[in-house]
Amino acid sequence: MKAVILGATRGMGRSLSRLFAENGHDVFLLGIGEEELQASATDVKERAGGVQSSVRVGYAVCDLEHPETFAPALDAAAQELGGIDTVVVTAGLFATQERLEQDLEFTRRMLTVNFAHTVLFCEHARTRLLAQGGGTLCAFSSVAGDRGRKPVVLYGSSKAGLSAYLEGLDHKFRSQGLVTVCVKPGFVKTGMTEGLPTPPFAGTPDQVARDVLVAIEKKKPMLYTPFMWRWVMLVIRNLPRMVMRKLGF
Amino acid sequence: MLSHGLSAIAKEDAGWGSPWGSTILDASPLSLRRSLPSGGPPNLQGLGPRRAPRACGTAVGLPANELWNYREKAGAGLYSVGTLARTRLSMSIEKARQNQKQGLSGWGRSYRPGREIRSEDLVQASSHVPLCRGLGRSYGDSSLPASGDAVTLGTTLADRILGFDEHSGLLRVEAGLCLADLNRIFLRRNWFTPVTPGTKFVTLGGMVASDVHGKNHHVSGTFGRHVHSLLIRTGAGQIVHCSRQEHSDLFLATLGGMGLTGHILEVVLQMEKIPSPWIYQESYRISCLDELLEMVRATAKDWPMTVSWVDTVARGKAMGRGILFVGRWARPDEAPPGVPKPRPTITAPFDLPSGLLNRSTIRLFNQAVYASHYKKVKRGYVNPDQYFYPLDSLNHWNRFYGKRGVTQHQSVIPHEHAKEGVRRMIEALAEAGTASFLTVVKDCGPEGDGVLSFPREGVSLALDLPIRDDSPAVIGRLNAIVHSTGGRIYLTKDGLSTAEDFQAMEPRLEQFLAIKNKWDPQGRIRSAQSERLMSHVVRAPNIG
Repeated sequence: MKAVILGATRGMGRSLSRLFAENGHDVFLLGIGEEELQASATDVKERAGGVQSSVRVGYAVCDLEHPETFAPALDAAAQELGGIDTVVVTAGLFATQERLEQDLEFTRRMLTVNFAHTVLFCEHARTRLLAQGGGTLCAFSSVAGDRGRKPVVLYGSSKAGLSAYLEGLDHKFRSQGLVTVCVKPGFVKTGMTEGLPTPPFAGTPDQVARDVLVAIEKKKPMLYTPFMWRWVMLVIRNLPRMVMRKLGF
Repeated sequence: MLSHGLSAIAKEDAGWGSPWGSTILDASPLSLRRSLPSGGPPNLQGLGPRRAPRACGTAVGLPANELWNYREKAGAGLYSVGTLARTRLSMSIEKARQNQKQGLSGWGRSYRPGREIRSEDLVQASSHVPLCRGLGRSYGDSSLPASGDAVTLGTTLADRILGFDEHSGLLRVEAGLCLADLNRIFLRRNWFTPVTPGTKFVTLGGMVASDVHGKNHHVSGTFGRHVHSLLIRTGAGQIVHCSRQEHSDLFLATLGGMGLTGHILEVVLQMEKIPSPWIYQESYRISCLDELLEMVRATAKDWPMTVSWVDTVARGKAMGRGILFVGRWARPDEAPPGVPKPRPTITAPFDLPSGLLNRSTIRLFNQAVYASHYKKVKRGYVNPDQYFYPLDSLNHWNRFYGKRGVTQHQSVIPHEHAKEGVRRMIEALAEAGTASFLTVVKDCGPEGDGVLSFPREGVSLALDLPIRDDSPAVIGRLNAIVHSTGGRIYLTKDGLSTAEDFQAMEPRLEQFLAIKNKWDPQGRIRSAQSERLMSHVVRAPNIG
């Protein structure tokens, strides 16, 4: 595979880029902060075997808050890796419902980044992948988008939009060779969720990365990870409204 | 505050907005719910070990009052399906939470109140924390916050390799990188850490802070000898590069300084080129303590790695019998083909009852181990994991000691008193009616240059002791023996020694504290252990 990963310097993106490289796939890291990207690229390269390894690792700055960076970054990736066949988006913004309610400017940023700009980035990726006959587009949505819930009213709504977009994309373009994978992680212990109380079935970034790699290889349209969340969300999706209203989550 | 800022602005990977936050407060059982006054908020303290208001604030973002009002409203349909489901679910979640012990603990499982915050950006996150913590494999309270400190900074998310020079073998890493990862990445390239402790589940930062030693101490010294330079955030807040040439006082005090001289952010170390990724091992069955100590010393001359397991429960002539393991890296022409595969691991699923490991069961276990080495000598090529980390194939093995946990007492005794000292310590255990489950004897080479680093020339004895009511007294007696022979103890293993005992054994402490004070004049960096052993300097001239 020749994979581009947006959000590769932190959390699940970091784990995923390492796993891709350790399995012999070329990786191109996208993220913010030139120094961070360089450090992560060195890390990924060494984990793939260092100078003796044939795995190619590159990086470029790409910021979900600035759509004008999308096209140049993807072009740089295609040039460096000699074409791309897999695009993964793990980046996004998060804050607790409480903070979002009090800080409308941050809410605007979160909604824009998680939905509008992520979709725009995927559109850029989609046209490039379709132009070369297909590939895989994998984006990280969230279990928070499956149902409107009290602690994730705003964040969940941005992810719900993204999930709907990814599903539609998969229906429309799979016949043309473009596979869309919508990843819905449950609670994962990363820097993003640091400070929140850890619920049962919390996962680790490495565990998620392994699941995602399998899902991409098997061309699964949707993935809940860690796997228990599939059953947790099956229950939550089917709870009647009157129960949901009484519940705290 | 810090963690909030971090989580709020962090680039995300997945989403989940604290779903359990509000359920936690809803967790009171029905009976409790009904008995509460309907007016103002009840006294949350009265809920005992349940969530304190702080947690509600963080999780749900409402002051406890408002949250309670919301509950009262929701409680209107007390027996509706929703409420019942909610109560049941929250009760089971709450139960699960209570089963997790609160606070932090080291490997010996003595818990302290406190919380760990983790961040990928150590430089930023370390500016206002009293202590850094890696994987928490030190036995006692080295990695636990001092009383009054609420948090420690967990380094394990900062685990990048920042550079490796294939020619010189110099490796630069972030402090939270786990040794297991390092081995996995570099073993197949025929590079290995020059010194490894007995577990691979430690961070590189922790290896520096403990100045770990390994089976090759008599040849390669401690880990610190191979550390080239460090990036440290001092207690005064500066970020400092230090090495043997630059700020050498800070550098040398940090080797074995238990993380008290500053937060270790990055480590540059000299890796060792190995001829093959396999170990050639010989093991000898040895029938008594004197022979064992002689063999340990004699084999050190010919073998780069030696270690021995000792049966401390056997009586009479068999006392101190054991098995001696010696090894070296296999040459390419004799090594098995390929790279060693990861060994299967099993996980101890739950706590065994606390008293299960006692003299009788340990005696049975020791007899089985000794008898299994029925040949006098065994030879073979083994996986380095098996050679260096035999216990790592059993995850959570500390659960064998039950809820009360375990402490370790590791000391080094100068050669001239070694036989007498080791014998007296084994006898002291017998007198106290306790036993060491895993006892390890190792020959140590000359002292390194870390100011407070543990190893010195002599024989090291490590005793794993199940925690009992009399454990502090037993540790006190062992310390008295160590002190009388001119030895010292290993802080990484210690959780029970007294300040008097420690300071009597440690004449180097004054020098260490002087350097610490220079870089941390306000004493911001501290741990439960430094509070216990170093906060007030006592001078007890003689404890023996």
